[in-house]
Formats: sequence, structure tokens, C-alpha cells
Amino acid sequence: MTATATSARSDLSELGRSETALRTFLHGLPGVDQVGAEQRAAQLGTRSIKTTAKAEAIDLAIRMVDLTTLEGADTPGKVRALAAKALRPSPADPSCPHVGAVCVYPSMVPHVAEVLRGSAVHLASVATSFPSGQAPLEIKLADTRAAVEAGADEIDMVINRGAFLAGRYAEVYDEIVATKEACRDAHLKVILETGELATYDNVRRASWLAMLAGADFIKTSTGKVPVAATLPVTLVMLEAVRDFRAATGRQVGVKPAGGIKTTKDAIKYLVMVNETVGPDWLHPDWFRFGASSLLNDLLMQRTKLTTGVYAGPDYFTLD
Amino acid sequence: MSERVAVRKTYKLFVGGKFPRSESGRSYLVQDSNVSLASRKDARDAVVAARAAVKGWAGATAYNRGQILYRVAEMLEGRREQFVALGVPGDEVDAATDRWVWYAGWSDKLPQVYGGANPVAGPYFNLSAPEPTGVVAVVAPETPALLGLVSVIAPAIVTGNTVVVAASPTAPLAAVTLAEVLATSDLPGGVVNILTGRLSETVPTLAAHMDVNAIDLTGVTDPELAADLEVKAAENLKRVLRPVAGGHDWSADPGLGRMTALLETKTVWHPKGV
Repeated sequence: MTATATSARSDLSELGRSETALRTFLHGLPGVDQVGAEQRAAQLGTRSIKTTAKAEAIDLAIRMVDLTTLEGADTPGKVRALAAKALRPSPADPSCPHVGAVCVYPSMVPHVAEVLRGSAVHLASVATSFPSGQAPLEIKLADTRAAVEAGADEIDMVINRGAFLAGRYAEVYDEIVATKEACRDAHLKVILETGELATYDNVRRASWLAMLAGADFIKTSTGKVPVAATLPVTLVMLEAVRDFRAATGRQVGVKPAGGIKTTKDAIKYLVMVNETVGPDWLHPDWFRFGASSLLNDLLMQRTKLTTGVYAGPDYFTLD
Repeated sequence: MSERVAVRKTYKLFVGGKFPRSESGRSYLVQDSNVSLASRKDARDAVVAARAAVKGWAGATAYNRGQILYRVAEMLEGRREQFVALGVPGDEVDAATDRWVWYAGWSDKLPQVYGGANPVAGPYFNLSAPEPTGVVAVVAPETPALLGLVSVIAPAIVTGNTVVVAASPTAPLAAVTLAEVLATSDLPGGVVNILTGRLSETVPTLAAHMDVNAIDLTGVTDPELAADLEVKAAENLKRVLRPVAGGHDWSADPGLGRMTALLETKTVWHPKGV
């Protein structure tokens, strides 16, 4: 695997100094076996998780949800309601855990911060001209700083896909480094927008590039393009974080986002995390789901397990 | 020339407009044919399919729903021989066909008969209109296999509800064959879903399901089971149609009761003279 390819390199942090070194390294990563990755992902998706294991998986998945609303129509009232739901997803059931984070646009951060203050729920903000990332660097950095100052402790940035696909890796690298600096203490999640990267090889390269530049998390998608998170793409990214830790000792988190709507989907991802990178990543600090409708399905399944009766969407909040 | 190999038929479930096998993979024998034995997960999937179909079906015009029900009658007429071969008497097939036509006619008339303007003491128009209640679970009667089944499905769907039907365990062939009629009648997928197998597996799940809005217990013969199902249904205040004590006369005039039992009433106040 890629761990062997990188073990010879004593210091990966030197790579960012030159375009040539980066390109040589990224193109030196072994190619992804497309059929193999898809088959492996499909096979792991067939595991049957039942009863107590399912109950545990559902609670873990709830703790991993980044409850997201990224609409032009978001209002302060709507995001406040969402933040309240993040704190107490199931108001009638105190045993239900809170979600991992709330994820909103920068202008909505102050409204969410009011509600989340003092709680363990993180506040994530997208930044750097989400979702396209097509803006001058100064604007992207100002976007990031504004979000951090408003109270966000996690920043979801988008990479410059245009530059990446054109092969200008150093430019992408420098942007991530600059954004990381603008984040100060906030965690940086780097969105690769895998739906626009076309190949698994590109996903692997973009994952390494983001991690080399200092990403704390790598995230699949913005949710704004037709192809969002898929199991094989997440598998490739999980392999990348595993190999990156083997090479550098630094652990990076993974966040699939977009299109994960059911408990069944979420459990498939959890199985894959456990089988690919191991239980070290089975924690909200290292694995998150970017989702909105997933939470209600998790709550419905949770209710089914406790009451034995199939739940209906009429009894859960609309958001 | 070798002899032709017989094409044996497996009677499958009817869920979301498709004919899947039971997710459990089980089947049982009825009249020498394999029939799917639905599990509680099949019941859950059927409710999901029925719920997904509510918006389109309830939103279709009454005229359109009436046309589709009439189309079912046309298709049923064309398959008369197939039902007779299954042991359904010819008279019963004819009566079932007529019943589709009878209910098809009610689609745009029921709101006129059952809704209307209410007199109020104020400067308002006050109008009541019947609305479908949503997803209806139906336990089909055991006999008559076809006429009984049609007489419980048609009144539920004509007003815009969608149904999950637990077919009679002893007479499922007519139910699955009726599903083939429905599948070729322009009826949108998911409006009628038919489960075959043991009532004890599927019906309690449907009765307790929080996303089912009404339950028709007509086919339940055991009074204790009926009471138990009614208790389960009370959890989310489902509308319940109780089984008729002493059996039901399916050849009699059906009346409006089966349709109106599965309706809600929407009342609108509108200021006058503004």
C-alpha cells in the first residue's frame, strides 16, 4: 500500500516547498484499483448489524452527525432551531446523545453560537467561498477569519478544484496552508469535492495533498454537486488517512457529506471505518457525517429499537 | 425438438409497483404454487412505498383517479379467464369488475355528497371538504377471494388514500393476480401494496406502525386479535374499521361507509365581502 511508498521519505513537510516535489510525490502514489475499491465497499455494505450492536451504532452515528443547513434561504430563526435540535435531538428522551456539530454558512455563525455556548456541540462554518471556491485568496481568507471570529471552532474549506485539476498542486497546497493559518485554533476540514475530481487516483492525491498541507479532517463533498459522498470514495480517503498516520504519526479525520440519508447508509460507513482504519477512528473527533435528513432517520430507528414499533416522520421535527 | 420446459410461476409480493420476493426469502405452498411469505420488514417497506405514493395520488384530480379505477375494471374484464382458472367463480369476477366501475364513478361525486357549505353566523364562507387520511392498512377478507379484496381496496384508494393490504393467507393467488391487473392499469406504483403470508407476522406491525393513518380490520376473524390490533392502532389514533360481526354480505350494495370511514374533513373559513 501507499505506506511503503512513503516510508522512505523522512520528512514529508518539505514537499510543499516546490511544485515539482509535490507533483513527483502525488503522482508517485500507487493508483487505486477501481474495481477492487468498489467491490470492497459493496462487500462491506452487506454486513448485518443488529440489536445491541445496532443500538450502539445508532448512538455513535448521532454523535458523529454534523447537522447541516447550507441554503440561501437560511434565517437566524431556522439555524437557532437547528442548533437547539443539535443539543437535544430527541427532547422526550434524555438518553439520546447530542450531535457532533452544527454546520452553517459564516453569516449564520453568531446566531448558532448563542445557542451552543457552553455546550460540547461544535460549531462548524463553511468558508473560502463555499461551494465553488472560485474567489480571490484574500476574500477566502477574510471569509475564514470572519467565521472564526464569529465563534466557529471548525472551518469547512473547499479546495480550488480548478487549480487541482489543472495540475497546479502548489497553489492548492498554499491555499490550504494559508487557510489553516487563518483558522488559528479552529479545526480545519478540507472539502475535496470528490464528485468533481473524476477519478479515485485524483481523490487519493487530493487527500494526501490536503493532509500534507495541514488538514485536520478531509471531507468528501459540499453536497452542492450531483455526485456526493459514496462508499468507494470514502474507502479511498480512509486508506489515505491510515497510510498518512503510518507515515507521519499524525491522525486525520474523515467526513463523508451529502447523500447519506438513512441509518442503513450510516451503519455501512461505520462498518467501513472499523474494517479499514480500525476503532481509533470510531469517534466523533475522527469521523463525522455531513448530513441533515440523516438525523431524523437515526432518531426514528432509535425509537424503533426502544419501543419495538416503527416510527413515523410525523413525530419528528421538520428542518 | 426437445419438449418445452414448463414455466412455473412464483407468486410474489406487490410493493411500490414492483413484484419483489419477500426480503426473508421465504415462501409457502398454496394450490401447488409458491407464494411469498412476507416478513415484518416487507410490511415496513410496503408502508414506505405507500407513504411515498400519497402525495401524487392524493394530489391527482378526482377525475383522473376515477379514470384509473375504470381502467382497472377494463383490465380485470380482460383477465376474467385467468381468475376463473384459479377457482374464482365467473359471477364473482363480474361482480368485482362492476365494483371497480361503481367506485370509479364515486371519485368526483363523493366530495359533493360528503362535503359542502356550512351555515355560520358571521360574514364568512365556511366550506367542508373530504380529504384522504393517508396510508391505510387493510386486512382483506378470506372469502370471497376476489370480490372481498376489491371491495376493501377500491373504497380506500378512490378518495386518494394509499393502501398496504395483507391478503388472506389461504387465498393469496387471486390477490397477486389482481396485483398484476393493477400493475397494468396506470395505477401509480405504491398506491396499492399487497403482502401475502401469515397475518400474525405482518398485521401487528402495520397496526402499530406510527406512519400508518388508518387500519381496516375487515378480514380479521379472531375477535381477540381484532381487539389487540385496535389497541395497537390507538397509539397514534389510527382510524379503525372494525370487522363486521357475523360476516359481511359482499354482494349487497356497498354504500358509502367504507369510503367515508377513511376520510378526514377539512373545513375552511373564508371572509365574505372583502
